[in-house]
Order: sequence, then C-alpha cells, then structure tokens
Amino acid sequence: MTAVQTVGRLFLSFLELVGQVTVFTLVSISHCLRPPFYFRLIGRQMMEIGYYSLPVIALTTLFAGMVLALQSYTGFQRNSVGAEGAIAEIVVLSITRELGPVLAGLMVAARVGSSIAAEIGTMRVTEQIDALVTLSTNPFKYLVVPRVTAGVFTLPLLIVIGDIIGVFGGYIVAIYKLNFNATLYLKNSWDSLVTEDVVTGLVKAAVFGFVVTLMGCYQGYHSRGGAQGVGAATINSVVSSSILILILNYLISALFFGA
Amino acid sequence: MTAPKISLRGVRKFFGEKVVLDGVDLDVMPGESVVIIGGSGSGKSVTLKCILGLLTPDSGGIEIDGKSVVGVGDGERERINGKIGMLFQNAALFDSLTVWENVAFGLIAGKSMSPKDAKPIAIEKLGHVGLDEKFAMMSPADLSGGMRKRVGLARAVATEPEIIFFDEPTTGIDPIMGDIINELIVQCTREIGASGLTITHDMASARKISDKIAMLHKGRIVWFGPTVDIDDSDNPIVRQFIFGRAEGPIEMEGRPI
Repeated sequence: MTAVQTVGRLFLSFLELVGQVTVFTLVSISHCLRPPFYFRLIGRQMMEIGYYSLPVIALTTLFAGMVLALQSYTGFQRNSVGAEGAIAEIVVLSITRELGPVLAGLMVAARVGSSIAAEIGTMRVTEQIDALVTLSTNPFKYLVVPRVTAGVFTLPLLIVIGDIIGVFGGYIVAIYKLNFNATLYLKNSWDSLVTEDVVTGLVKAAVFGFVVTLMGCYQGYHSRGGAQGVGAATINSVVSSSILILILNYLISALFFGA
Repeated sequence: MTAPKISLRGVRKFFGEKVVLDGVDLDVMPGESVVIIGGSGSGKSVTLKCILGLLTPDSGGIEIDGKSVVGVGDGERERINGKIGMLFQNAALFDSLTVWENVAFGLIAGKSMSPKDAKPIAIEKLGHVGLDEKFAMMSPADLSGGMRKRVGLARAVATEPEIIFFDEPTTGIDPIMGDIINELIVQCTREIGASGLTITHDMASARKISDKIAMLHKGRIVWFGPTVDIDDSDNPIVRQFIFGRAEGPIEMEGRPI
C-alpha cells in the first residue's frame, strides 16, 4: 500500500468516525427532547456525576488557586512589580474563566467519562443493551439521556463550587503565606470579577458536561470484543473528551473574549 | 388456514464479503415451539437478531402477525417487542438492579406499571422458576449461572408475551440444571400459550422443548420438520449434526484438514 493510500484510508476513517459521532449526538439530543423521561435515573446520575465528584473537584481547584497565587507572586517579585492588587485579579479571573471549568472538566472526564464508558461497554458486550431493546426500552432514553442531561446540569453547579474553593485557595496563600491584607484582597477579587467571567465559565461547564458524558456513552455503546474492547472504550472516552475539552475551551474563550 | 406468528422469507445478511444468511425461509405457527439447530457460525444468532430488530437483513422479509418488521421506526419496534420475551445465552441481567427489578423491568419500563404493583408479579414469576422470595432482593452478581438463567426466564415470561425467544438456553450449565431449564421452558411457554423460537446446538434440549426443528447450515435451512421425524432424516448434514460425528459434509471453521 502506498503512503497516499494509507493517508487516504486514515482520512476516510476519520470522516466515518466524525459522521458516526454526529449521528449519535443528534439522536441523543432528539431523545433528550422527547418523552418518556426517566427522572429517577437522571437524579441518580446527578448524584453520581455531581455529588461524588465534589471531593476531587474541590481538591483540584483548591490547589490550583493556591499555586496560582504563589507563582504569580514570585513572578511579579522577580520583575519588581507591585503584586497585591494584581494577584487577586489573576486568581479570580484564571479560576472562573479557565482553570475552574477546564480542570473540573478534565477531572470529570477521568472519573465519570471512563466510568460511563466502562459501564455501558460492559452492558454492550454482555448483551444487556440488546436485552433493553427486547424489553421495549430504548437504550438511548434509558442509558444516554439520563447521563447527558445530568452532565449538562451538574457540571455548572460543580464549577460554581470549584470556583469558590479555587478563589479561597488563592486567598489562603495570599493572606497566610504572603501576608496580604485580607479585606483588600477580597475587595480586589470582587472588583475584578464581572458577570461575563462567571457566565463564560458556566457555559464552558455545561458544554464540557455534555461532551464528557456523550463521549463516554458513545465509546461504551460502540465497544466490541469483550474485556479488551471495554478497556479500549474507556481509554478512548477519556482521551477524546479531554482533547475536545481543550479545543472547545479555546473556541468558547475566543467567542466570548476574542477581540 | 392459520397465519404464521413469525414468517421469514428469503432473508439474506452479509458482513462485508461474508454471507451469513443466504435466503432463510421459516414459519413459526401460533403456540408452536420451533428450534433452530446448527453448528457454530451457521447463522443461528444472526437469524434471531434479525427477527428482534437488533440487525437489519440486507434483503428478504420478516413478518410478525402478518406485519413486516424490517426497517420499522423506534415506536413501532417497541410496540412489536412488547409482544416478545427473550432469554439470552448468559441471561443478560442488569447488574445495577436487584433480581426482582430485573424480572419486573418489562412491566415497569415497557408496560408503565408502578414498581409497587410489579413487585408481587415479579416474585410470583420467580416462584414459577423455583426461586423463592429471598432471592428477590439479591443482586444478579450473587447468583450462580443456573439461577441467572432462571431469573432470565422469569424476566422473559413476566409480561406474558405472545412470542418467546431462547438463545442457547442450556449452554454453560450442567446437564441436570439444563434439564431443569428445559422443563421450565416447556412449562412457562405452555402456561401462557406463547410461540417459541429457540436456537441451540444441544440436541437433548432441542428434542425436549420443540414441536419442530429447523437445521441451519451455511445460512440456509437445509431441513425443517416435526421433531419426531428428525432421526429418520436421510439428509447427511442433519445426520452428522444430530449424531455428533466429526466426519461429514459439515466443515467446522478452523478445523485442521
């Protein structure tokens, strides 16, 4: 096979994959909008995605806020720039606009996306999805819709909490390690924050929640070949949703803040 | 003349270059139990999946109660599957649900029954397959292979379907449990008057549960008739299969020459 043929085959495979994901996405969205709705399952998934992800999100954003304050301070000191006002602004804007949603999205992709892919993948290879069909239950409605809906609504809530904890992390370092004035730090943080910053973060969170749960469902739903196939689906879910999070993060930032 | 419950005409299915079904014709009459026998890779599972709508045939027709079921929409497929029960080879119980929730699944999700009303029915069905109430709250992961099959059978008959499919019902369990499963299949299908279509390569099971047997070979039905007549068949493919001989016209895939 020539190099041109290889490239051509890879390109066609890529187009096929894009087509399959697009169709899966459209079918999922259409089922999200049509009854019946399994509210009990949506509630259970919101607990699984939201409540149980809270510790890992809290830890991630707390340390992100702390290290951000510390690094900004040392960076400003090196250039002999007054830091007290700028650090509060850097921490609050970085956390709300970028680090909060992206780090939380990546952590949820690792924790929840992989779990969704493994669970649905196992259901696929053990014929449980076929069993759903024979029991007059649409697998999209029963498996995909509750997870995607829970992802879209839960991740913004997680991000709000993560943002607060992240800013608090910066506050701890600024006050207790760098000896900044607490009132001034909080005032600077509050003054530098505008509604658009929080809204951007929440939009990102909803989009990332959709992407992570959808990719987990897609990879699990199409897994083949027993345990190895489920393992591959799990890896593909985390890798694909992580890449999409990074790309979409840039696109949404460009949309909101692009000059 | 009574119309068939399930009718297949010229069903063909390909996977790439490989022809799996090459014009399958088969009728299952109301209340009748038909078993499809055949070696591994002969197309038995694909036939079943085409009838259930899990695969779409490339050509040919499949009718249930005289209505075509090929290429129907989601809503119509759910309505058709409301008439159907299915026992999967490995039972395919839902790990995240308890035993009674598995049995009641078709009643709650498919027939919109409340869990409160569905639970006593599920426990009653479990009783029919020899599992008492203490099993109801257990997880499928805590059951043995034979028990899982019995729960799968209880789930298949819980909605009292008009048609029940059995995919290798005795595979992977010991002969005694296999015979118990066969007895339960006969008992449960007779009780609700359902038509049955089973795929298996276990001749003891086929003889016990069927009224008629169809032999599938290389994607075609090569013999179809009453179970009592199969031993008198002079078809060399049928004779090789039912007597389990290594030599004969059936060549197993991967078998050394």
